[in-house]
Amino acid sequence: MNTLIFRTVAPFLSALMLVFSVFVLLRGHNEPGGGFIGGLIAASALAIQGIAQGVAAVRRALKADPLTIAAVGLLLSALAGLLPFLFYLPFMTGLWTEVNIGLGPVAISSVMLFDFGVYLVVAGTVTAMALALEEREKD
Amino acid sequence: MAASIAVDPALLAKAMLPGPVLPEHWLVVAPVLLPLAGGAGLIALRHRSGPARRLAGAFSLAVLALTLLANIGLFRLVAEGGPLTMVMGRWLPPFGIAFTADRLGAAFSLAASAVTLLAAIFTRGERVAGPPAYGPEPFQLLLLAGVSGAFLTGDIFNLYVWFEVLLIASFGLLALGPGREELDGTLKYGFLNLTGTTLFLIAVGLLYGVSGTLNMADLADRLPALKQGPLTALAALFLFAFAMKAAAFPVQFWLPAAYHTPRASTAGLFAALLTKVGIYALLRVLVMLMPGPLEELSLLLAVMAAATMLFGALGTLAERDLRRLPGFVLISGIGTMLAGVALNSPGGATGAIFYGLQSMALMLALYLALFEAARLSGTPDILKGGGLYARHPLFSGLVLALFFAGSGLPPFSGFWPKALIVKAALDIGAWWLAGAVLLSGFLTTIGLARAYLLAFWHPERARPAGRAGDKAGQAAAVGTRKLGLSTTLPLALLGLFVIGFGLFPESLLKLAGDAASGLADPTAYIRSVFPGGAP
Amino acid sequence: MEPVFALLATLFYAAAFYLLLSRHVVRMLIGVALLGNGVNLSLFLAGRLTRDVPPVIGAGEDVLKAGAANPLPQALILTAIVISFSFFAYLLVLGYRAYQTLGTDDTRAMRFAEPDRLDPPSGY
Repeated sequence: MNTLIFRTVAPFLSALMLVFSVFVLLRGHNEPGGGFIGGLIAASALAIQGIAQGVAAVRRALKADPLTIAAVGLLLSALAGLLPFLFYLPFMTGLWTEVNIGLGPVAISSVMLFDFGVYLVVAGTVTAMALALEEREKD
Repeated sequence: MAASIAVDPALLAKAMLPGPVLPEHWLVVAPVLLPLAGGAGLIALRHRSGPARRLAGAFSLAVLALTLLANIGLFRLVAEGGPLTMVMGRWLPPFGIAFTADRLGAAFSLAASAVTLLAAIFTRGERVAGPPAYGPEPFQLLLLAGVSGAFLTGDIFNLYVWFEVLLIASFGLLALGPGREELDGTLKYGFLNLTGTTLFLIAVGLLYGVSGTLNMADLADRLPALKQGPLTALAALFLFAFAMKAAAFPVQFWLPAAYHTPRASTAGLFAALLTKVGIYALLRVLVMLMPGPLEELSLLLAVMAAATMLFGALGTLAERDLRRLPGFVLISGIGTMLAGVALNSPGGATGAIFYGLQSMALMLALYLALFEAARLSGTPDILKGGGLYARHPLFSGLVLALFFAGSGLPPFSGFWPKALIVKAALDIGAWWLAGAVLLSGFLTTIGLARAYLLAFWHPERARPAGRAGDKAGQAAAVGTRKLGLSTTLPLALLGLFVIGFGLFPESLLKLAGDAASGLADPTAYIRSVFPGGAP
Repeated sequence: MEPVFALLATLFYAAAFYLLLSRHVVRMLIGVALLGNGVNLSLFLAGRLTRDVPPVIGAGEDVLKAGAANPLPQALILTAIVISFSFFAYLLVLGYRAYQTLGTDDTRAMRFAEPDRLDPPSGY
């Protein structure tokens, strides 16, 4: 697997995939896509990087442990579900607001926060498992 | 974006909750949300050692105490006003997912959070061999979240999801130990439980195919009118899947293989919670949703129950390992609860619910106490240790009380549900089932009493001379032969429960009776989900 | 179409349980993976099979088009895929670690948690 071509292409490929994963995440609300599939794409980008550069390099580049990322995502999702408490609405109700950032209105919602949490959970756990499996192949 | 879609208000009124949600209704989801968020936070900030690790322990105790308070609040609400429902995201059932707390669910959830809090206190003083490792606290919280979710959800597919959540958390707890025993036990536990939950999922899928709904209240409303033949086949599949979770004969062998391998608090929590989830699911799905098919299967279930009880009792007779002993007591208790379900009568269900609630406290106490006893005597083998009564008379007295409760002797909490089930069995003429309950109780008494004689009463036997010359080893051995406060406090509280509910069972009896009548007649449950009548 | 799919699901189940009965962890793992796929097929079947109309509500519409596929089983399958995939991955790592530590993937040789020869106590 560890050919020169692969090692050269891998950084570009995974960078592209990471950008694409965010695109899929944001696109997900009204069209096919979303946090789960975006997280999977991000995790596969990191897995490719792990094969090409070694697991240690990926762990260094990530800064945080993958499971920590997943836990933060779970926390964000739970928080998104909790927000409606303040508005006398049931658990997990979507809240919407529009913010004008100069280029036109942008819809911000608790649904997006939830989806972002899912993205982190999936990316974190799948990366953790993939890296654990890749690590074991070496020893 | 939301505004760009044209919405017909009449359609929306049918699908979405119109009014505001009162803050106290959040108590329905709080027992799940609090430990879930707390567990996630703890995983994010986990450390192997140092002050952060101790802080994490204190934080988990605080979250568990909050969860217990929320559960008490929920229980009081439900006991006064009947079942309580919260729908997710304002989508009304059967489209939306509902959480419904009735007496059964609220009581089990309350007991689960109390038991987890005590196990977490015990964890504070637990010494584990090996290098500093991540603590079990986050997974204990996630386990409680999964268990409470299973007890409180009102949607059968969601029940499957919570089964998986608690399974993931239990894997996390088991995987903390790196030894050979742990790996071996975890592997068997993992395969068997995954197969069990997958069978459950198959049954859920087929149930959806037959009935077109997954909401439990909707199912309770619709199933009696459907053809009972396919439902009976489905009920058998549910029964097999839940029996696997609950460790009932003939799929109980994984339990004695796995439950003694992790640390004491983990084993105790598993014994207290996981098998009870299986029993709870049996009660919810078979007794409440499918009483007709349950009638068809009751003979099969009764035979399974009798075999489970006797297997457990014979196991206690044959076992020499103190850590494995409570596993067999647990299995014979599962058999007793199954017998209560099999009777398919209010008395039987009451007995099963009572047994389940007291068994959470009893099994946690038994596991903690016997692991502690194995540590104090330096060996888990009852033929090699001994002398515990001379050194720790109070502790040994507590263990004797727990043994009596496990055998179902009065005046301890294990006696009343067994008496109820025996009476319910005799009422319908199932004398052999009553006989099996009594026989298993008798054999368990013999087995546990002998274990007590050998491990506690017998004078201390000569220790193996392997480490006699090793001074450091000896000092460590002496240091670990004391009982700390965080060990004795949960044990004393659990012992108090076991003795207290044995002496004053009225409140628990009434609660179990009310919960059983809520299962037998789910009208109030259905009305709480569909206030305006079923769709 | 349904009977064909039902038959296919049966085939999956048969192969999965055959493999799960094996003594070797690797085969059991493949059995678990097949079992998950069989379940997904039967969930799919439970929602009835229809063709042509995907269950997507287009812009400016309130409800699904008539004759659209049932979206619920697809949501259930997505959940089930996630769960069965993560459990498969966990069991794979676990089985591999067990193979490294215990030195065998034969479940009959795995007697570390339950040692064979321990006679029950024979007296007081």
